[in-house]
Amino acid sequence: MQRFTRAQRYVHRSLAILMFILIATAAALYIPDISAVVGNRDLVKTIHSYAGFILPIPLVLAFFFLAFRLDAQELNRFHPRDWAWLKRQQYSVEPGIVYPTREYGKFNAGQKLNSAFTVGAIIVMFATGLVMFFSSLFTDDIRTGATFVHDWLALAVVIVITGHTYKAFSDTQARKGMRTGNVSYVWAENHYPEWVLAVAQPEVHPADKDQRDDQNKSESNKDPAQ
Amino acid sequence: MGRRVVMGMLGLGAVGVVFGRQLNSAVTTTINATVPGLGQVLPAAGGFRIYTVTNGYPEMSKADYRLKVSGAVDQELNLTFSDLETLPQTSMTKDFQCVTGWRVDDVPWTGVLLSDILAVAGAKPGATALAIDSFDGAYTESLTMEQAVRPDMLVAMSMYGKPITREHGGPVRLYVAPMYGYKSLKWLSAIEVIDEVIPGYWEQRGYDIDAWIGQSNGRSDEPV
Repeated sequence: MQRFTRAQRYVHRSLAILMFILIATAAALYIPDISAVVGNRDLVKTIHSYAGFILPIPLVLAFFFLAFRLDAQELNRFHPRDWAWLKRQQYSVEPGIVYPTREYGKFNAGQKLNSAFTVGAIIVMFATGLVMFFSSLFTDDIRTGATFVHDWLALAVVIVITGHTYKAFSDTQARKGMRTGNVSYVWAENHYPEWVLAVAQPEVHPADKDQRDDQNKSESNKDPAQ
Repeated sequence: MGRRVVMGMLGLGAVGVVFGRQLNSAVTTTINATVPGLGQVLPAAGGFRIYTVTNGYPEMSKADYRLKVSGAVDQELNLTFSDLETLPQTSMTKDFQCVTGWRVDDVPWTGVLLSDILAVAGAKPGATALAIDSFDGAYTESLTMEQAVRPDMLVAMSMYGKPITREHGGPVRLYVAPMYGYKSLKWLSAIEVIDEVIPGYWEQRGYDIDAWIGQSNGRSDEPV
């Protein structure tokens, strides 16, 4: 079954390639032992700057595609069950019905946080990178501040991307989903049963239904007179 | 939720940019106090950042090392490392400030004053500038004669009490204390006395020729 459209995969691939170039050139600029081997500071700096300028473009273009917007919406929505998943707890909608922690929609809470972090990181790295590139337009304090943020956030980005890649390499089907767009039904059923259900019956999305139930409950709690 | 994470990161990023200078020194101090070696691995933790414009670091043993002094001089010199050791040695402990913003405090340097070498060679009156070369084959620097004879211009052979390592520009580099780091040419190989300043490597790429710390390149760092 289809998990990602062609447009989504191209967006992911261009971000991945640019990110790889950025991290490789960053390492050559920043880590003394790698600088030693690579050298060519002027060239490496130029490649890093221009890859950085291009980086947000695929992300912006992505929003022209419906599938991407829908997934972004889904990634943005944090269900109480996502918190339970993060805490590795069982989530129960009502007494007697218990969802195991593995059960969620199209994306799990880790993927949601990863995507939010990545978008935030791209914006912050882009903005601080601009300050460093057009440094003559800014005061020393701002330049030092931008360098400080760029340096330390870069470290966080490398850690998160390493985790993301590690996860991808430990799951062939997940990787196939991003490479070809399709995943096997068994895998989907196993990992994202509610997503499979939602694809089969788009009008009754269980996650939405729960949320509606929750909302109804809390609304009636707030206003018992009604 | 995702939106909140993104907004939170933008907020943190903005705070980091505005208060980065203070945060930076706080982080550096903490790291140096707790994990002293980290600065050598992670330059953000306060160590030297190693820059090279060519492919890798050039290598030269002390035995093979030569410093050529030529141009408008009474006597051309071709100094070996031990020649340099027999000249009067000068030490100074001063900061190293890079034009990109990082600074390493209180670095002990030892070597021969540039003015002492120029005196041995006998720079001709009327000569107004130096063209300085690196044996990396690409990097060049410039100084006016007036700047070169200041008492804080060093042909450095030791740093932190040890021979200068290859990545720091060993065996012999320049240390131009009052100017931004790009003036402190690494892997020093030749000094030519000339009558007109020729802009150096980064100066041809936009940096100021007179690189006084705090008074050039649009920066206001504390002078060294």
